[in-house]
Amino acid sequence: MTDRATASHLLRRLTFGPTAAEVDAAARAGIGATLDKVLEPIGRTADLPGLEPGGPPPKGASREEKQKARQAARAQLTTATRWWLARMAAEPGAAEKLTFFWHGHWATSAQKVRSAPLMLAQQQTLRRYGGGPTGPLVRAMLRDPALILWLDGQRNTRRAPNENLARELMELFTLGVGSYGEADVKAGARVLTGWQVDRAAGTAELLPRRHDDAPVTLLGSTGRFDVDSYADLLVRHPAHAPFLAQRLWVRYGSGAAPGPDTAARLIAASRTGTSAMLRALATDPAFAATAGRLVKQPVEWMVGAVRQLRVDVTELPENKQQQILAGLRALGQVPFRPPSVGGWPVGAAWLTTSSARFRLQHGQTLTALAGGAVEELAEAGRDDRVEALARLLVVDGWTDRTAAVLRAAAGEPRRLLALGLASPEYAVH
Amino acid sequence: MDMITRRRFLTASGVVAAGALAAGGSAYALRDILATAGDREPGRILVLVTLYGGNDGLNTVIPYADPAYAAARPGLAYEPGQVLALEDGVGLNPGLKGLHTLYGEQRLAVVRGVGYPKPDRSHFRSMDIWQTAAPQRPGTTGWLGRWLDTAGGDPRLAISFEPVLPPLLAGATSAGATVPGGALTLPKGVTKPVLDGFGTAAAGESPAQARAAACFADLVRVQGLMTDVAAEAGEDDDAAGQATATGGQAPPLDQQLALVARCVEAGAATRVYSVSLGGFDLHADEKTAQEALLTRLDRPLAAFVQRMAGTEAGRDVVVAVYSEFGRRVRANASDGTDHGTASDVLLLGAGIQGGLYGEAPSLTDLDDGDLRYTVDFRDVYAMLLADVLGAEPQRILDGWRSRLTFS
Repeated sequence: MTDRATASHLLRRLTFGPTAAEVDAAARAGIGATLDKVLEPIGRTADLPGLEPGGPPPKGASREEKQKARQAARAQLTTATRWWLARMAAEPGAAEKLTFFWHGHWATSAQKVRSAPLMLAQQQTLRRYGGGPTGPLVRAMLRDPALILWLDGQRNTRRAPNENLARELMELFTLGVGSYGEADVKAGARVLTGWQVDRAAGTAELLPRRHDDAPVTLLGSTGRFDVDSYADLLVRHPAHAPFLAQRLWVRYGSGAAPGPDTAARLIAASRTGTSAMLRALATDPAFAATAGRLVKQPVEWMVGAVRQLRVDVTELPENKQQQILAGLRALGQVPFRPPSVGGWPVGAAWLTTSSARFRLQHGQTLTALAGGAVEELAEAGRDDRVEALARLLVVDGWTDRTAAVLRAAAGEPRRLLALGLASPEYAVH
Repeated sequence: MDMITRRRFLTASGVVAAGALAAGGSAYALRDILATAGDREPGRILVLVTLYGGNDGLNTVIPYADPAYAAARPGLAYEPGQVLALEDGVGLNPGLKGLHTLYGEQRLAVVRGVGYPKPDRSHFRSMDIWQTAAPQRPGTTGWLGRWLDTAGGDPRLAISFEPVLPPLLAGATSAGATVPGGALTLPKGVTKPVLDGFGTAAAGESPAQARAAACFADLVRVQGLMTDVAAEAGEDDDAAGQATATGGQAPPLDQQLALVARCVEAGAATRVYSVSLGGFDLHADEKTAQEALLTRLDRPLAAFVQRMAGTEAGRDVVVAVYSEFGRRVRANASDGTDHGTASDVLLLGAGIQGGLYGEAPSLTDLDDGDLRYTVDFRDVYAMLLADVLGAEPQRILDGWRSRLTFS
């Protein structure tokens, strides 16, 4: 790999779609300095959009009032989603991509939480703790109001524990199937009893009278646990670091499980934190060979295109903003709306006739918003435009079949750009 | 609308992900399926209905006369007067009026206590077990995918109307087809040469990129697709959405079944159809939500069975309904139920003798709070493979020998 190809590969994976200028700068700076730069801001919180605290309509609200409250909640969610997409497009580093990774990992949907402020608060927790060791992250997530609502935690009481949160905590968030037993699910659910969410205040609180503080045997240890000691037990469990290494490699590496050597290196880095794992991943000997083998998730495809085409989404009129969200919906991935607690799919599941069609359509939508990028292509000579397109979209190269399609469209820069966005080469990274 | 657990299975289990989808799991146009009209070999047709999320069997086929039922589920149990009585103190959920009528006509068979040894209470793992029919270690092929391997491997023999291929249709050497429900009209200015160009395989490209290219070749076949049922029915974002952690992404069940009906009546060569309904993971406030969901199963399903009875090809159709597990006998404090074990399989259609089959599990002799299964799910599969698909169950079910009989 040339320095430029190495830099492209690294930035495509760790960030939301690098621009040609960012790749140039990274190739000049070298891998070490580039990693320092993209990983450095991880852990900083964001200035969230100001939203009124959510909450159910007052008791005895009329039908009309309830409807109004629902509409307001939906509007808030749209605001939050647009805000996040704009931030993903604005941030050149690895931080927002990692926040999005954790969002898919602790997959929580606004469909049940029904509160944009709570979804944003959870996201801020993922942003704050997502780059460090997982201990503080798991501790914070077990107190997260959105997660508690999503997995029925507020229904989990001493009198009859609800296992939903405890099970998914171990299966999907920290250990993986096979590393715990049914008795651990039951014991874990008891440890997590008693948490109540105050929607209006945006807080979760432990109510002692609903909490079961009897000793339990959990993952081989017996005693009284609280959420913190439970979280610590999970992150110290021998299955936790390998599980996390696998999840990261699946999303950032090859789309499949890492080889044993790669896994060992990621696990070693996990002691320092998740951003250290990302550094280990990007410098792993197996990383280079994964180029082009990972299917872009729709958010990666869309945000990457927005960045490379220099579309300022915050300046778009209402109907254009709606088109971008409609595109994500059609492609099957809307932030704050993961399909299930298992998160979004990986790999070939994203590649269907339907997604090919929508990439053709929304390639056109995006191109219509990208006057500057179209002009830039037009300025290249007709014979150089296909090459200029590869540079603009940070594609390593076109296959002969795609180059032939693009050459035929080279006379129409706008159409050329739209086809580049829809091409098989741009669907993967 | 929301995506489904099914996609999660693809990622969680590895079923489909590497082999089948890249190699053959292809999206077809409805036209391609209908183009096989008249090619159907004599034999029955299986319509498999998957209920994602773990449907509560005890509130579906309700043992209302057993005092242990009401005792275990205060606030969640149905009164004897509310259930649609069948026989032997057992009745259907009030949401299942259509199926109740079919039972009265001896056209609905209820197999009780269906499960497998060492039940797994993870949605994803248990659904893998059901879809691969391998309880010890879910493999990478689905049971109907393995049938497809033995039946020649033409993907049009086994189809799904969902956007992604369900693992149960992934074989070792072949895979069923997905037929996207929506009409895929092409954006302006996208010409056939573009699709043909992008759809051409290129030497040396990665499997992911090759699959991305193949989608364009498939899209060519969709051009000019007749307005299909999904479009006629219109897009209804809310109707399909379920506010649970394991909801559904598939089109509404009535649309899926309407497409099945159309293919069957056209005499398509397809022998297996996979359809699904999601949203059954009701850990809280279950009663109303489950009844509404069961109504959304009952109406289209009963209508489909009636419609199938009206044509010669339709009279070859057998429907089987299952979920990845039932739920805990005892309600939780949230008026819901947690993940459980054995549950009911519903069978309808050609050659199905209506009635109650299998031994109902005891509500008091429990395995750690859960029902003990009385019928192995592979017995049901073996019956469907032998009687509906004319296959040898042992070849497909790893030597499994016993099978459900209607006697």
